[in-house]
Amino acid sequence: MTERLVLLALIIAAMSGVPGLLFHRNSTAGQWIAVLLSVASSSLGITGLGLFWALGDSQPITLPWRLPGAEFSVAVDGLSAIFLLPVFLISVLGNIYGLGYWNQTKHPQNGRKLRLFYGLLTAGMAVVVIARNGILFLFGWEIMALSAFFLITTEDDKKEVRNAGWIYLVATHTATLCLFAVFALLRAASGSFALVPFENHGIEPAMATTIFMLGLVGFGIKAGIMPLHVWLPSAHTVAPSHVSAVMSGVIIKMGIYGQFRLTSLLPTPPLEWGAIVLGLGAVSGVLGVAFAIAQHDLKRLLAYHSIENIGIILLGLGLALIGRSLGRADLIVLGLSGGLLHVLNHALFKSLLFLSAGSVIHGAHTREIDELGGLAKVMPWTAMCFLVGAVAICGLPPLNGFVSEFLIYLGLFGTLGQEGQVPFAGAAFAAAALALIGALAAACFVKVYGAVFLGVARSQHAQQSHESGPTMIGALSVLVACCFLIGLAPLLIVPILEMGIAAWAPDLNEKGHRIAALAPLNWITVMGLLLIATLLLVGMWLRARLRKGGVAATVTWGCGYMAPTPRIQYTSSSFAQMLVGLFGWALRPRMRQPTHMTLFPRRADFHSEVADTVLDKAILPTFRFGAWLFSWFRVFQQGNIQTYLLYIFVALIALLLWR
Amino acid sequence: MVQIFDVLIILVVALNFVALGVSRIRGVINAVALQGVLLGTFPLFVHSQIGRRVILLIVVTIVLKGRVIPVFLVQAMREANIRHQVKPVVSFVSSLLLGAVGTGLAMMFSHTLPLTKEHSDMLLVPASLSTVWTGFLMLTSRREAIMQVLGFLLLENGILLFGLLLLEAMPFLVEAGVLLDLFTGVFVMGIIIHHINREFDSISTEHLSKLKE
Repeated sequence: MTERLVLLALIIAAMSGVPGLLFHRNSTAGQWIAVLLSVASSSLGITGLGLFWALGDSQPITLPWRLPGAEFSVAVDGLSAIFLLPVFLISVLGNIYGLGYWNQTKHPQNGRKLRLFYGLLTAGMAVVVIARNGILFLFGWEIMALSAFFLITTEDDKKEVRNAGWIYLVATHTATLCLFAVFALLRAASGSFALVPFENHGIEPAMATTIFMLGLVGFGIKAGIMPLHVWLPSAHTVAPSHVSAVMSGVIIKMGIYGQFRLTSLLPTPPLEWGAIVLGLGAVSGVLGVAFAIAQHDLKRLLAYHSIENIGIILLGLGLALIGRSLGRADLIVLGLSGGLLHVLNHALFKSLLFLSAGSVIHGAHTREIDELGGLAKVMPWTAMCFLVGAVAICGLPPLNGFVSEFLIYLGLFGTLGQEGQVPFAGAAFAAAALALIGALAAACFVKVYGAVFLGVARSQHAQQSHESGPTMIGALSVLVACCFLIGLAPLLIVPILEMGIAAWAPDLNEKGHRIAALAPLNWITVMGLLLIATLLLVGMWLRARLRKGGVAATVTWGCGYMAPTPRIQYTSSSFAQMLVGLFGWALRPRMRQPTHMTLFPRRADFHSEVADTVLDKAILPTFRFGAWLFSWFRVFQQGNIQTYLLYIFVALIALLLWR
Repeated sequence: MVQIFDVLIILVVALNFVALGVSRIRGVINAVALQGVLLGTFPLFVHSQIGRRVILLIVVTIVLKGRVIPVFLVQAMREANIRHQVKPVVSFVSSLLLGAVGTGLAMMFSHTLPLTKEHSDMLLVPASLSTVWTGFLMLTSRREAIMQVLGFLLLENGILLFGLLLLEAMPFLVEAGVLLDLFTGVFVMGIIIHHINREFDSISTEHLSKLKE
């Protein structure tokens, strides 16, 4: 039943944008139909998932397919189910949000195209997650990757958007190339394209490592692991915000899903695999957040935070791999539950943040943090929602980000080992990295929240901004509720995670290795409620005190100046300057500042920017060199039919004379 | 019988040289048409029994290659107002020399092919390779679009000659394929000539290099 419902849901999702093509470009009818179909699709899909989680209901469907080696084979297991939930949830919320954010009447040129590919994207991702055949997987993968390209380039009349689109297209094809190799090698090793786990000695260790490494690159590009993330910041920035939410919340998770699925197929890994994943996780996490701090663009900043959170998820996966190598069930359980829960959590709070950022952009018409300010007064709902997302992403209680990071912390400390357990102390250093990530994320969101929502307006844009409509705020509220639900009652989600763990490591001896036994999750509920109660009490007390005494109204960030102006406020670069300096070796900030000051300084200006180091310093120079190298081949392009025929002729003769 | 066949094959090769060396386009068309007619008669020599199907094939080949296509090409020439002189990239003498070198190489090369005894004694294989070579030479060394069509026709003639080897194994498959190919090729080139002429007021393919990039 589950599979049928999911298939039906994905077919409806794929068709959701099609009716809109038949309507006039100024009519909103198509948009409403798309939203209704999307609601229907997601309800069916989530019902199917509910059936699976409640009853363990799963009947794999296998249909023959004409392509050699291919089979239309789909199944839902614990791992698929966890990744399917955000696919259905975030896409429907994005569609509802789009009613206000990307209304057809405001965007007659590209609204229909956007919804067509939005539906296809949802369907493609669902196929990726439920496919049990390598070729079907690649079909779903390409549908997803190409739909995402058309979504990123929604506003293809802008040069910036087209550039981001090209970078994405190159990156995604590199990823697909690696995946072709992965599935070809899997087929060579197992004899079929079916995605079934290998027996313990069913594959050569060298072959397994090659497959794992190729998968790490292929899926890593999609997931945005640090040195492979080059497409991610610009693509997330230029796409419409609800598309960014789906990209950050769900698409990059497909890369993570691929890594979870691939490692579940391969036999017991050597210790190095786990160490590599753990190391990549730490690098992505720390550098991702460091780059985020240095950004001036609200959405670009959030995009770098996606890299950071992918790092945290990788820490979980690395921990689980180490646990499997060492035969430590507790590490597998903690690493996987933390990693998988963070997949869900990040989907929730990052979509929440992107949609809130979209609401800011919708109201203020700019993404530049330094042109915003004081928005909490005009956009109170958006400000509240952004605050919830910010607290969640920093991993602070009582929200959901805390729970998953807590599980990973427990696992990382566990690698030190108690009596009778095999230790791997090196991994404990990752705990320090995780702590650093949390602290830097908090600093970053203090900067963003302070600069965007607090203080006073820095520009006309910010002054004239307005709160968003009910569809947008409604979508945000659902996400806020989900964040609180997982943050306060993590035990509710435990059965789902345990089914995911069972799918990844079916040979795991379950006795005594339940999540609840390894982590004091009930205490999280208690402490979370206590924290909220305390906050409410303090808040009420403060309010009562305010009522009693007279309150003087003045500007924020007064700093004791007699005549403060909005320009005296901390800007995004001044707030971040110290941290950017500390990470200067990686961020390579470019600054232009006034050199010498006299008693009567003239007008001077300050400018700082942090471009993507990997893209600017490594990828682009390499590509430029490649372009120069290949320009020699222009000699052969004469534009003359006779010459081209001569080439064919020469090639033919050469083939005839060969051997 | 075999001697007559050999003579005819030698005539086919000689016509290759005529096609390369003649400066009037009409002459080239006539040479290629004559070659087609000769090719059309070849099944008579290769088949041991001559049934109705073979007769039909012979008639169709001769009518198509000897009459329909030449008429079509001459008509295209008239309509597109083509100059009657060939303007070669490689001079006529060099073309002829290259053709001779190619025919020599074809002779040498055909001995290295793993052929059956009866086939390796025939002149069919070297003649076929030499005709293909001539076709290529014409394709690469002549500018006029109509000469390109003729080059393709020569190429197809060469392939048809080779196909005769397979006549007994696969009776009509080869010819049917070749004839169909040929017909489409001519048809498409006819349309292209028409369009090149309309677009550039000339049918020299040199102008096509403007389309590069």
